[in-house]
Amino acid sequence: MKPRPFTNFSGIAAPLPLKNINTDAIIPAPYLRSPSADLAAGLFARWRYDDQGQEVPDFVLNRAPFRAAEILLGGENFGCGSSREAAAWALARFGIRCVFAPSYADIFYENAFRNGILAAKLSLEALDHAVSLAGAERAMFAVDLERRVLACPDGRELGFEVPAFRAEALTRGDDDIATTLRFSEDIAAFVARDGRERSWIHDLGDRA
Amino acid sequence: MVSRSLFDKIWDFHRIRAMDDGRDLVFVDRHVLQETTSAVAFDGLAEMMRPVRFPGLTFATQDHIVSTELRRDVASNPGGRELIGLMRANAERHGIPMYGLGDPRQGIVHVIGPELGIVLPGTIVACGDSHTSTAGGLGALGIGVGTSEVEHVLATQTLVLPKPKTLRMRFDGKAGLGITAKDMVLHALGQFGIAIGVGHAIEYAGEAIRALPVEGRLTVCNMSIEFGGRLGLIAPDEAAFAYIKGRAFAPSGEMWARAVAHWQTLFTDEAAIFDRELSLDISKAAPQITWGTTQEDVIGVDQAIPDPDTIADMDRRQRIAAAVEYMGVTPGKPIAGLPVDVVFIGSCTNARLSDLEAAAAIARGRHVAPGVRALVVPGSSAVKREAEARGLDKVFTDAGFEWRSAGCSMCVSINEDIVPPGARCVATSNRNFENRQGPKARTHLASPAMAVAAAVSGAITDVRRLA
Ligand code: SF4
Repeated sequence: MKPRPFTNFSGIAAPLPLKNINTDAIIPAPYLRSPSADLAAGLFARWRYDDQGQEVPDFVLNRAPFRAAEILLGGENFGCGSSREAAAWALARFGIRCVFAPSYADIFYENAFRNGILAAKLSLEALDHAVSLAGAERAMFAVDLERRVLACPDGRELGFEVPAFRAEALTRGDDDIATTLRFSEDIAAFVARDGRERSWIHDLGDRA
Repeated sequence: MVSRSLFDKIWDFHRIRAMDDGRDLVFVDRHVLQETTSAVAFDGLAEMMRPVRFPGLTFATQDHIVSTELRRDVASNPGGRELIGLMRANAERHGIPMYGLGDPRQGIVHVIGPELGIVLPGTIVACGDSHTSTAGGLGALGIGVGTSEVEHVLATQTLVLPKPKTLRMRFDGKAGLGITAKDMVLHALGQFGIAIGVGHAIEYAGEAIRALPVEGRLTVCNMSIEFGGRLGLIAPDEAAFAYIKGRAFAPSGEMWARAVAHWQTLFTDEAAIFDRELSLDISKAAPQITWGTTQEDVIGVDQAIPDPDTIADMDRRQRIAAAVEYMGVTPGKPIAGLPVDVVFIGSCTNARLSDLEAAAAIARGRHVAPGVRALVVPGSSAVKREAEARGLDKVFTDAGFEWRSAGCSMCVSINEDIVPPGARCVATSNRNFENRQGPKARTHLASPAMAVAAAVSGAITDVRRLA
């Protein structure tokens, strides 16, 4: 499916600078039981709600400004664990358009971009600075993807990293499948040649 | 000839072309689907009216949400009905072979892949599940993908990926008594941490890896994802070829000889250079068990829970303190002797026949301690049949274990197999995250033999004392 093109924006940043936030934490398993589950409600559900299903008042996304957060400030190895793309969907449905963290686990990183979420790499030091400002009232952060800059409420600009091809695809809102299908002939040629070389891969006969 | 690593050889072989952005378009030889990550991908195809490019190279099963009751059908767990129905309907609509609920070939995706000969050396295998890395045990590149990529593979039989860097992890020394493949990989996680593999394909090498039986290699590669990357692999050898021979989708006759000739080229050249090299001596390792909430929180069963107050790094101290609190363990106290409530033997890490045999060897003639619930969940329906043919089910049930049907079960707890809040579980699976096995569940990861030792002792126990 085609993600919505990413545009620069200013928004509230929710600080959650923990290391190794895994996808089970981002979206717990019960929300995977049905394709129609309310993923926005499920985002960080085990941290957001208590045993009775009541909101935990201290949890960052339950606090006043952060309910409307569009930016998440995470920690190292963000999104480790399961491949569940529902982690990216839950962030997007909640309204998160951009995650900043020093590093990401491989599959989450891919899933984020495929869903129009900018997963930008920010140094630990820069992240600390952003986190220290995020709590202030009406603290707005501006994301500038072309310049790779996160502008903080104190005016300081923090440079972040994102590969050029990912930034461009994000801005265009590329349909990855359509892009690949442009190379259908290359794929067909590979299969024709490989079918002779490795017939055991392509010719399953009546074994299936 | 340029020296290349095993990973490079397989990757280069599958590269259809380089994309403008520097990523590679690679061919996917085998695509395996499971019910919880494919429904939305099929919706995406339908929306764009795209067909499945190669249904014959695509296989499907149902494992995550299915009930594991002994006599089960789609009515056994109403919560799973929707996804089970969608998987069946989508497979039928697109002509994809489906080994779902009720089929003799049903099982956990990463167990049935090798078992049916779907996974072959030198192939690229994709699946919407992170533990696809298991396929590396046979010398395949198993690539776990998200749902958008599942849709991409369905539509194109390819993936577009940045070529990962390479990391070689050597396991030197001889494994001591009670040290299994699971202990080796847990030990490495403890030494190197859960982010060392980010952006890398890991090749496991060294004497201790070579000595592993094929199913042990599958266990090691299974947990590659726990290092933060996507891929792990071990060079295939005669043992791997022997394992594959005669399996349902393995090549046969004249094709077999040609396949083996190809597979024999799949090794890392002597002079190949890796982006990173690590090594680890396992000869002194004790059986391993996790005490905390990430897989690097692991110690020998003869060691004590770490004390956060002795850790200088503030960040790390806080994380360890939080894990201690969540797990309800006492800093400085030996982990052995910690009472357990639940024992789970199962998952794509440790529910193949050899795992169940290792578990049964400890369970035989013993009994599950009072108050402990212990489950054995075979990794596939075929493993279950074979175990029953060897009488292992009887060993387990005589010892007070529940004998169940194949599926993911308590590894991910999205069916009805859940660890109660606050309960302590020794599990043979791969993730000890908070709430993974159920809200507030406390998970300790270990080998099947260690899990049985805990079940029969009612507490975490060094299996070497029972062997
Ligand atoms: S057994 Fe666990 S880790 Fe393996 S595929 Fe199932 S849920 Fe994933």
